[in-house]
Amino acid sequence: MDRLLIASLATNPLWHALPLIVVVSLVYAATRHEDTGFILAHAFRIGAWIVGFMLSVFAVLSLISWIV
Amino acid sequence: MTANTTSQGAAPPEERVVLKDPPLAALLAWLVPGLGHLYQGRIAKGILFFVCLTSTFAYGCYLGGSRELGWGRVVYVAWRDDDRRLAYLCQVGIGLPAVPAIVQASLVNKGKAPRWNGFMAPPRPEGFANVGEAAANALSNQPTLDELHFQLRGYFDLGTAYTMIAGLLNILAVYDAWGGPVFPESAKKEDDEPPREKPVPPEKNQ
Repeated sequence: MDRLLIASLATNPLWHALPLIVVVSLVYAATRHEDTGFILAHAFRIGAWIVGFMLSVFAVLSLISWIV
Repeated sequence: MTANTTSQGAAPPEERVVLKDPPLAALLAWLVPGLGHLYQGRIAKGILFFVCLTSTFAYGCYLGGSRELGWGRVVYVAWRDDDRRLAYLCQVGIGLPAVPAIVQASLVNKGKAPRWNGFMAPPRPEGFANVGEAAANALSNQPTLDELHFQLRGYFDLGTAYTMIAGLLNILAVYDAWGGPVFPESAKKEDDEPPREKPVPPEKNQ
């Protein structure tokens, strides 16, 4: 069962979101700053915000599926 | 050549950016991601944009293709009743990397078969009614859109998303080459400053 769970996690297409989050965060932050330190700090904040938003949507959908 | 700068005046030295010739820089930034910034001497940002955007676009082309079908099948130009490819409007934001799709579409319109093993070639239409006979004959060896979806499964949509996002992000980079960065710190500082008193107009002589 654990192997199945690990295999399904490893092949989950959601992993493809990870490089997109990194790229979107970096490029967006780079259009807001010129200094590399500011860019990285802003990119980290945006990345964390996107992941948090996705997790909150996941939580809401999980709750709905649990209720229904 | 005009040397435009942004955030002058009270801005710290690291926020002063020489934009050189903004229209030319924007054009270069559209043609090749990061090239406009390299032209302006903004080396780190140029490399960042080039690496991030071209790798995202290339990975999207890799996901949306295979050795048998040809690579980059998710980037193509088509405007017919059974397939209006609006995604290309976003993908073309990446500039030159998306141009082969236009070359392939123009070849097909002239009745010639697509080149480069179908790289960025439009799929075969379902019926002859949707395109001219010459174009339909030129695409006779290409897979249909249904076959692409069937063989690539979810990766067709993933590749489309990757290439679209790369194109849209490059538009942000083009705007950055044109007008410079936004500098939210500077904007906040300006917001925090107390409002200046309005100059009192001179009293009218009656």
